[in-house]
Amino acid sequence: MALRLDSKVPSGPMDRKWEKHKFDLKLVNPANKRKFRVIVVGSGLAGASAAATLAELGYLVDCFTFHDSARRAHSIAAQGGINAAKNYQNDGDSVHRLFYDTVKGGDFRAREANVHRLAEVSTAIIDQCVAQGVPFAREYGGGLANRSFGGAQVSRTFYARGQTGQQLLLGAYQALQRQVGAGKVTMHTRSEMLDVVVEGGRARGIVTRDLVTGKIESWAADAVVLGTGGYSNVFFLSTNAKACNVTATWRAHRRGAGFANPCFTQIHPTSIPVSNEHASKTTLMSESLRNDGRVWVPLKAGDRRAPDDVPDHERDYYLERRYPSFGNLVPRDVASRAAKIVCDEGRGVGPGGRGVYLDFRDAIQRVGKDTIRQRYGNLFDMYANITGEDPYAVPMRIYPAPHYTMGGLWVDYDLMSTVPGLFVVGEANFSDHGANRLGASALMQGLADGYFVLPYTIGGYLAGAGTSGLKADAPAFLSVAKECAERTKRLLAVPGTRSPDSFHIELGKVMWDECGMARNRTGLERALKKIPEIREAFWKDVRVLGTGDRLNQNLEKAGRVADFLEFAEVMVLDALTREESCGGHFREEHQTSEGEALRNDKDFQHVAVWEWKGDGKAPELTKEPLAFEVVHPSTRSYK
Amino acid sequence: MNLTLHVWRQEGPGVPGRMERHEVAGVSPDMSFLEMMDLVNERLVREGKEPVAFEHDCREGICGCCSMVVNGAAHGPKKATTVCQLHMRTFKDGDTITVEPWRAAAFPVVRDLVVDRSALDRVIAAGGFVSVNTGSAPDGNAIPVPKEAADVSMDAAACIGCGACVAACPNASAMLFTAAKVAHLNRLPQGVPEAARRVRAMVEQMDAEGFGACTNHYECMEACPKEIPVRFIAEMNRAWTKASLSAESAAADKAGFG
Repeated sequence: MALRLDSKVPSGPMDRKWEKHKFDLKLVNPANKRKFRVIVVGSGLAGASAAATLAELGYLVDCFTFHDSARRAHSIAAQGGINAAKNYQNDGDSVHRLFYDTVKGGDFRAREANVHRLAEVSTAIIDQCVAQGVPFAREYGGGLANRSFGGAQVSRTFYARGQTGQQLLLGAYQALQRQVGAGKVTMHTRSEMLDVVVEGGRARGIVTRDLVTGKIESWAADAVVLGTGGYSNVFFLSTNAKACNVTATWRAHRRGAGFANPCFTQIHPTSIPVSNEHASKTTLMSESLRNDGRVWVPLKAGDRRAPDDVPDHERDYYLERRYPSFGNLVPRDVASRAAKIVCDEGRGVGPGGRGVYLDFRDAIQRVGKDTIRQRYGNLFDMYANITGEDPYAVPMRIYPAPHYTMGGLWVDYDLMSTVPGLFVVGEANFSDHGANRLGASALMQGLADGYFVLPYTIGGYLAGAGTSGLKADAPAFLSVAKECAERTKRLLAVPGTRSPDSFHIELGKVMWDECGMARNRTGLERALKKIPEIREAFWKDVRVLGTGDRLNQNLEKAGRVADFLEFAEVMVLDALTREESCGGHFREEHQTSEGEALRNDKDFQHVAVWEWKGDGKAPELTKEPLAFEVVHPSTRSYK
Repeated sequence: MNLTLHVWRQEGPGVPGRMERHEVAGVSPDMSFLEMMDLVNERLVREGKEPVAFEHDCREGICGCCSMVVNGAAHGPKKATTVCQLHMRTFKDGDTITVEPWRAAAFPVVRDLVVDRSALDRVIAAGGFVSVNTGSAPDGNAIPVPKEAADVSMDAAACIGCGACVAACPNASAMLFTAAKVAHLNRLPQGVPEAARRVRAMVEQMDAEGFGACTNHYECMEACPKEIPVRFIAEMNRAWTKASLSAESAAADKAGFG
């Protein structure tokens, strides 16, 4: 049976839908809120803001994270900023423009109504964060400062030095800790969700492993919220933190939640190139650097001169050349692909020729070293620390790296997955970014979901569905907990020789080579053959030492790699099935004569939603057609 | 590079630990310290021995997970650097390096190099926030904030909560951590209404967790990867004294909080 996909987009004009929907949603009486228990998995921007807000409203909240503290989630690493349609700069910004930019930036593969709501609530997010004491950058007059960011021609990005994600997360974390202190949220740190319990067509709770004692535990609730992030680490090398994984969303998928557009991944154009074979991750340099840095490579292939020795007329500022109106500020997918093309032409710089220059020479001449230091000081320090080079003196070298995933669990307008009672927020859902996310929009979406959308919509669900009534010792919980315990035992029992990481590296290489910045049928089919082989090898030859009844990081890692090995297949299948190029999904078979992405709206203007059919069985595809009432699909042009 | 490593191994809390010696060959100067540890662990797994447990995540110096005392210094020898951002080019071929966990009574060892830092969360939960519910905020530009105040507030807010200040302090004091949060929030107009209550509650919780007091060694500032200055501690002491003597505090005591 195919999935039933009802997006529940409200009727009425685009700019009235959310207002109308908020009024139409049923309310839970304040006195009744404390009868409902909500589980929030993840304490990043989306999870922490949701957990704190739900507790403020009066719900009983259990919040889970595998970290030692709610403040560690990878949202913390976002550098550049957060968008909001405040128009404080008087440069013509508006809710409509942010909405328009986001739909267009996503290459017309996002759901319009969700995007409009995102743009609407963006302004309230800034207000909320300011009130929490987030130390945003200020002008001398005391007002909030803004900067511009890729994919936009207005300055709508708010920032706190190069640590915007950190400061927003600390705001949400502090709001959450306030509720913990008040006894409204029970925080479960070092607890990893292993599965969702679904019974009678409704999410009833989760099963976790206590990472310190190894105890497998069941938790019942009236609704479950996943804010568990994206799956960029399927590539092994990505800018994501090491622990980021697909387990929570993948396990929910296996319990009936549709997985939408898994092939939509974002490759960020400005990461530090990998310099040695033992590199464990890539490090992002904020794209805000492109405001002042100019991207170039030598005109001639194989030019090995030091950058300073290459005169201007022998440099190719290829983004400025190809895209004169957006220049170095083209969206991420466009910038990444352009870098790949010049490197494929043999014009890349640095070891292995996989790098391009990001040069601040002209900006330093124009505004001075001190101003550049003020704007990007910590990023320059980080670069110098990692590479041993001084970016004030020599141009940075950058290269694209996996960074964000637009795909995720399918959700309706209420952020509910195809499993009733299971909500998904932030990067974990398939979200509002279509096939490509604009810079400074991830923080916006995470906080929009957590502070201003989910707290309303979950009330509508609970008011209708009532309490769950199923306790954590019910048979449904016991059987899932038993499966989790058995899987853990099975991982520990494989009499193998190889570390979980070694399989992860092997999988990552296949994914990067065949399902990375550019994809084609032959490569994807090759990947579909290789992934099951690696998976099979994993279950025969992985070596997980130690026991399951205490802290065992190798065991945690093995479980996550096992899930990546299952997930990778549907990601590749989705990339193979989507016979078009759009946003971050570039199929080499579908491009213009100038090498730009060629969309196929006739056949692929839809969300591809995959349904789990069981181990060894092909997943089933259901499509949610996308209609564009306001922003009519056009060929994206940044020329 | 070839190195000799002495690493702290401990089965669990309350179990005696010991230093374990490892000869590490083939270290590249471009590796981070944690990538060198990955190399050690990869080899341990191959040899059928349990890898060294250590905390890490973003490996970009911002999440605050990583926590190792390297050659006696929290986060190692390089200034303003978390151990994940410490690169092996800082060391020489043939060096002997000791690696230990954070050591403080309030940070019990969980396993090997992993310690329990939940005490810091409880200090924040006591008062490290502005009490503003979602949805009740005025326009972001309604209250002007002097740029200088926002900048100093950001200096303090840069704290990543790693606990190196505690590990470096001979008294295992969490004064720099607590003072940074007090300075971040109390300096902004949004934080002022709760300023007195905040500093009293956070200091009280800090003491209850078993952290020591500050006796001006300034080791915390030396170890801090974000270079949070100790003047925030002086500020906190002033704020605490003022708060303890104020009429508002007396009223708060009467009302049963603070």
